[in-house]
Amino acid sequence: MSALIEAKGLVRHFPIRDALGRAKGAVRAVDGVSLYVFRGEVLAVVGESGCGKSTLGRLLLRLIEPDAGTLEFEGEDLRALAPSALRKRRRKMQLIFQDPFGSLDPRMTVEAAIAEPLKLHGLHRGRERERVAELLSRVGLRPELARRWPHEFSGGQRQRIAIARALASEPELIIGDEPVSALDVSVQAQVVNLLGGLIKELGLTFILISHDLGVVRQVADRVAVMYLGKIVEEGAAEALFRNPRHPYTRALLAAVPGQGQKPAMLEGDIPSPVAPPSGCRFHTRCPFAQPYCREVEPSLEGLTHRAACHFQDSLPPAPPLREAGPDARLRHLQSFFDRETTP
Amino acid sequence: MSASPWALEVEDLSITFRTDRGTLRAVESVSFRVAPGRTLAIVGESGCGKSVTSLAVMGLLAPNASVGGTVRLAGQEMDEAARRAARGRDMAMIFQEPMTSLNPAFTAGDQVAEAIRTHEGVSPRAAMERAIALFERVRIPEAARRAQQYPHQLSGGMRQRVMIAMALACRPKLLIADEPTTALDVTVQAQILALLDELKRETGTAVVLITHDLGVVRDHAEEVLVMYAGRMAEQAPAARLFDRPEHPYTIGLLGAAPRLDEKRGRLASIPGTVPDLYRPPPGCRFAPRCPFSVAACDAGQPEFRLMEEAHRAACIRAPLEAVLAA
Repeated sequence: MSALIEAKGLVRHFPIRDALGRAKGAVRAVDGVSLYVFRGEVLAVVGESGCGKSTLGRLLLRLIEPDAGTLEFEGEDLRALAPSALRKRRRKMQLIFQDPFGSLDPRMTVEAAIAEPLKLHGLHRGRERERVAELLSRVGLRPELARRWPHEFSGGQRQRIAIARALASEPELIIGDEPVSALDVSVQAQVVNLLGGLIKELGLTFILISHDLGVVRQVADRVAVMYLGKIVEEGAAEALFRNPRHPYTRALLAAVPGQGQKPAMLEGDIPSPVAPPSGCRFHTRCPFAQPYCREVEPSLEGLTHRAACHFQDSLPPAPPLREAGPDARLRHLQSFFDRETTP
Repeated sequence: MSASPWALEVEDLSITFRTDRGTLRAVESVSFRVAPGRTLAIVGESGCGKSVTSLAVMGLLAPNASVGGTVRLAGQEMDEAARRAARGRDMAMIFQEPMTSLNPAFTAGDQVAEAIRTHEGVSPRAAMERAIALFERVRIPEAARRAQQYPHQLSGGMRQRVMIAMALACRPKLLIADEPTTALDVTVQAQILALLDELKRETGTAVVLITHDLGVVRDHAEEVLVMYAGRMAEQAPAARLFDRPEHPYTIGLLGAAPRLDEKRGRLASIPGTVPDLYRPPPGCRFAPRCPFSVAACDAGQPEFRLMEEAHRAACIRAPLEAVLAA
């Protein structure tokens, strides 16, 4: 199996300037990230604000340029592509944003918005209207809605429209940057189910950028956890959730509410990405930190399940997740809700 | 002082807004009460009326709102003007985004000291000393230095701690926390919620926690009120609600929330969207989205019925087992 997209050593710093325009430091948003995604795989990139996950998503699509590192799509060097060739490549790579209100042009009907990428890439020439109707039913919307305007739709419906538009150019890779974070829980579940179905049926490769570990658990095959511009742990979703190896991953999982009252595992805030701590960037908040962690930066170690922690093999076992699951009665009652529906 | 066992009692609250589009019935017939030292969570999705309810209790709604019903604080009935006056003394509120509640032009310490001086005739110096002590109490590191910083110099978590310190300044009987951790990262959220629990235990303040997050409710509330489209759907002690929900909306909502411990093929998703409150459905407001609904559900508002001790649900089909067995 070969990777559809592979990045090595990606770096992107955003300079901070003083009032006179002189550089006085830089936000080290992405600070040496390597990752790959296989064809048909769902990789989730998780982390808290400022960890660099959104910047990473934009670097992977070359929507912003890296300061350093290599980037290959289907074995082709994306960074070497001329603008016209890059535009062609972009057809295969789409981005879905968090805000379904900001991502659609209010002056374009749904049909115009979805047909735009068809026209841009010369797809389904002469039968664009039929294709738009197909795409709308694909995302669970009635084709009659094509003539309506974005403001006539709810947040969940707009996110479906944004997905239809992303699918229009027949991409191989979709990056979703918090695609369901702005939605209410019941609507979020509809869109999570829709995305899961589309990924399977169309054989899509999907990178989910999210802070929501519950959503990640439902969608991802593999997970990369970021902290202050670096990946600190990466592995198969099942292994990472059951047996987190990095103290930060453990703290993130333990902090998800719904597992009973307990003292917070981490003290303090995330340090500034302008001046990340020396050595292991997590050492200032890590309950297991040793003096060595301040001095030496750990690298990702391991074969399939990798973590960047000097002491990952000597940590106490990770506490189990403590969610109370629904009993048989509740599962049975909930099964009545689990049907494909057209809003 | 009255010896009411309840810090807050709300009876038959209704809220309507007059707008250009007509009359919006945002909240109808909502009743609940909270005992000192306990947390009542009001949970629901956008537009369910949970935030408007809390604003009405505080007397903070805009002039185009008309509010009906009774609100009693520690047994004493209070009209809207009295509630506004009690704000910052007997009751306090913290919001999702502390930046909008803090004045950017004053230091964090000045704002808390000012809140103390509004209610107690102490010198500015004594007020600042108490503010710094409160900062220490809500575990702001380097409290004296932080007190001299402006809101924009503080992180989101620190700003929320400042808001909590300000709320505590007047030792309120009631604290309303409206999505207090929704804007925060999950590791910081855990710290803030643990802090609120600790303060509630120590001070005996009653807490109304407004949230959309069922996980937060499970861990931090003793009682729960589930709202849907402006009405009460279900009310029960938290343990009971999560173990044995009776209202179909609660059942669907619990199934829609993704879980960490298992990957499910599909989440239970509630079809459709919330109703337009300018033109609500004639009967049960959840009926158009409910997989258990029958013709009778559209006939009229379902009664908020007692299912079991302290457990009520507004569903004519509950308990659902009987319906499904038939």
